[in-house]
Amino acid sequence: MRRKAVVDRRKCAYCGACVAVCNINANELIETYLEINDNCNGCGICVKVCPVGALSLVEG
Amino acid sequence: MFDVVVVGAGPAGSMAAKTAAERGLNVLLVEKRQEIGTPVRCAEGISKDSLSRFVEIDKKWIAAEVVGAKIYAPDMTEVVMAEEMAGNEVGFVLERKIFDRHLARIAAKAGAEVYVKTTALGFERTDNGLRVKLRRLGENWEVETKLLIGADGVESRIGREAGIIKTLRPSEIESCAQYLMSGIDIDENYTYFYLGNELAPGGYAWIFPKGEKSANVGIGVLPSMAKMPAKYYLDRFIEKVGIKGKIVEFVAGAVPVYGEISTAVADNIMLCGDAAYHSDPITGGGIANALSAGYHAGLVAAEAIMAKDYSASFLKRYDGLWKSDFGERLRRNKKLQEFFLKLDDSTLNSLARSIAVKKIEEMSVQAIVAELLKTNPNLIELLREFFT
Repeated sequence: MRRKAVVDRRKCAYCGACVAVCNINANELIETYLEINDNCNGCGICVKVCPVGALSLVEG
Repeated sequence: MFDVVVVGAGPAGSMAAKTAAERGLNVLLVEKRQEIGTPVRCAEGISKDSLSRFVEIDKKWIAAEVVGAKIYAPDMTEVVMAEEMAGNEVGFVLERKIFDRHLARIAAKAGAEVYVKTTALGFERTDNGLRVKLRRLGENWEVETKLLIGADGVESRIGREAGIIKTLRPSEIESCAQYLMSGIDIDENYTYFYLGNELAPGGYAWIFPKGEKSANVGIGVLPSMAKMPAKYYLDRFIEKVGIKGKIVEFVAGAVPVYGEISTAVADNIMLCGDAAYHSDPITGGGIANALSAGYHAGLVAAEAIMAKDYSASFLKRYDGLWKSDFGERLRRNKKLQEFFLKLDDSTLNSLARSIAVKKIEEMSVQAIVAELLKTNPNLIELLREFFT
């Protein structure tokens, strides 16, 4: 199964740390709204870098 | 057609736009957020000297003035760095929400167009410059420009699209969380730094006074060393140190701790501030270098327009300027950061104890390292390995 990053919007503080470390530009911060697109390959670097633990990897 | 499009209205971008507009250039400054300066992603500290080099000080955006810093080792050994002379404040804690707007306003006053809620999506090269693709209030919009200045922060896409910078790795970025707390009982003449691998793996915690018993209480950790998110360490720090106060604001952010990049330019493009990883690898401070970089990028933009030469080889003048201003400090502090990252908590404790009684009269990384070397000559050998 393919893994993908998902954001918990109730935790996200929209700081852009995850955008800074994404190698494949699979995310974008639009004002306060973090968008993760289908290019995400589930590498998990953004999960590691998120200051508030708002990101996690899910199957599929 | 614009002479310069500046992406990002933080200190670097606004300073670049202002400097270029003052020299008669046709400047567009775009900011992706609808409000400049908020949410803040910053601890807001800056030395007085580095601020007054580029901006006329205005009390409106000074939240607090400090005379020095107190640094705490893991065992709470205190090292004080302070100006001897009373009334000689050396540092400011800014109100970035007001400061950033002020800078954008003086850029506008100098003649720059300022568009908010406008995101740069990318660019393509044309015969005589660049076509920048923007999304303004949800509508796609394209502008032609001779030069593009990327001041689009740690998440810069311009730098990566232009092939100037590589994406940061988890060992090259500090992950930060901060509360603005009110009702804090501290001596507001100082900033406070707390070190320790357990407390803040690969980073440090801070308390920066913001006046009227309020303070920024924050932490930065290196994701390659931290097992938990920054906010976890922040909450634990507050509990451990026993900081009493009410949380009235919460922000998060990320700071590049990369060191010096080899170049911040490509044909038609210059990067400044966090987008060029200009923040200090030891302190994480970024405002001073951002202002300097923005100013120098604005100058070189004006020279390039005058010379009608937008090539990378011409724009390398900008590299020369920012590097001679703070490039060496970035290089040296990156080495020092790598050195300090290797020290365990008991070594940090004994180093702090060795200089705890000393008076360090200057608030800088150099001053503290000089004092450490004076007291611990064996460090010279260790440091030499890092600097050769």
